[in-house]
Amino acid sequence: MTTEPSFEPKIIAFLCNWCTYTGADLAGTSRLQYPPNVRIIRLMCSGAVDPIYVLKADLAGADGILIGGCHPGDCHYQEGNYKARRRVVAMKEILKNAGFDEERVWLRWISASEGQRFADTVSEMTAAIKEMGPNPLKKEWAV
Amino acid sequence: MKASIPVIEGNTTEAIQRFLKILLESDLVDALMVPMRTPAGTVTPALVSDPQLLAAADPLAPVLPVNGATLAGKLSVREPRAKVGVLLRACEMRALVELTKMQQASLESLLLISIDCPGTYSVPEFQRRSSGDTSAQLWQELIETATHNPDQPISALRQACQICEQPVYDGAQIRIELFGSDHQQHLSLKLSDDLAAALGDGLESQPAGEEDRQAIVQKLVKARTDLREVEFAKIRQRLGDEGGAEGIGAQVETLTGVFAACIRCHNCMTVCPICYCKTCVFKSEVFDHDPMQFINWAQQKGAYRLPADSMLFHMTRLNHMGLSCVGCGMCTEACPAELPVGMVFRAIGQRLQQTFDYAPGRSVDEPLPLITFKADEWSEVVE
Repeated sequence: MTTEPSFEPKIIAFLCNWCTYTGADLAGTSRLQYPPNVRIIRLMCSGAVDPIYVLKADLAGADGILIGGCHPGDCHYQEGNYKARRRVVAMKEILKNAGFDEERVWLRWISASEGQRFADTVSEMTAAIKEMGPNPLKKEWAV
Repeated sequence: MKASIPVIEGNTTEAIQRFLKILLESDLVDALMVPMRTPAGTVTPALVSDPQLLAAADPLAPVLPVNGATLAGKLSVREPRAKVGVLLRACEMRALVELTKMQQASLESLLLISIDCPGTYSVPEFQRRSSGDTSAQLWQELIETATHNPDQPISALRQACQICEQPVYDGAQIRIELFGSDHQQHLSLKLSDDLAAALGDGLESQPAGEEDRQAIVQKLVKARTDLREVEFAKIRQRLGDEGGAEGIGAQVETLTGVFAACIRCHNCMTVCPICYCKTCVFKSEVFDHDPMQFINWAQQKGAYRLPADSMLFHMTRLNHMGLSCVGCGMCTEACPAELPVGMVFRAIGQRLQQTFDYAPGRSVDEPLPLITFKADEWSEVVE
């Protein structure tokens, strides 16, 4: 008798250098525990996340995509996070209308001092994606 | 003000040519970009400096080989530049407004001449139907249908035109008005008093008829909008959008299915007036994957569709230009696989544009939604 192997989501995280990446670093140096499901890619700003990065990950079968930036008003480049927010709104609208799961894309503001918030976000997202199940595109070869 | 040019023996094309000649001979422009009939019988935009050659101008030809906004951009984007009059249809005007906001065109040196558009045929369909020196009959048939049977468009028209709810453009310095005008007798023009004065004696004062025009345009817009909604419902159903109408019976395929036959030739991008990037990322080395990368992907999924990244290409393009899509349908014309590219981009683009309360081509003063922001908005997306 075989049991269904438990589903461990793969989450790709695009984190801004100044806030969320540093927050993730703080979570690590503070030895906070969070699920090992997240693969972090550091960018200089959430405003530097071109939709193509997120879409590539999604279409390649990533189960979740997390974009992390500074809280409103805290962007190192003044307004990158505000622009990121609009891009994410547009991207989710397009994903939804094209028949894909826009709930797999998360945007969160996490500051450099919020190690706990980073750990909590990853836990929350991992649980939510487990609930959703694997990205169906992972198995589709004709994408 | 309203003005008119007398039409002689019902030849509206000749009246337009005469008006363009007056314009080109004035000090207002150094050259005119207008659709011209080539000696081979095709119609193409050309930049005309010799007024005599305007005898080949054929702005009524119901064909749109390229979206002229791209060309108007090339004629205006950099200094030094000459004063150029550009005669464009409404979808071209809207694209030109978008390109201006993207700093790929400058309205400073352009004199905008808009012309009412009853719709266009694909290039091959136009060639099949076209004969003789001008396109008068083809055009006549279209304007009659648009006026009297707007809900029964000629089915051979490009689909983008059949569902085009913006056949007229308000923002040009000169508008050639064909809807609701007695175009067998007078060519109706709308232009500023200054321009009319500068053009001098060739113009006559305009007989009444504005109410006719408004009523006809309104009816046409209504009919086209209704048809558009039917077509949107169909494509949305196929895309698996919850807002798609039920009972249409279309299979849910998502975008992967709808664009399954894409060969990633980039034609849709090449002809798109909004896609202006000199080097698109999809033509760059970023997508020159190592051979082993393909093998890895094939091993991950068991098989890997080639050419690679076609879905990524369309999804990225939707993100990059969907908000500015003016619905000209050039992409559909250019697609060798006959995919409904324009319909998908319009249907998704409309949702996107509604989300940001944005209308492409409405105003140069309205910032592109993705380069502006408000501090306090969309908080629900982040939590």
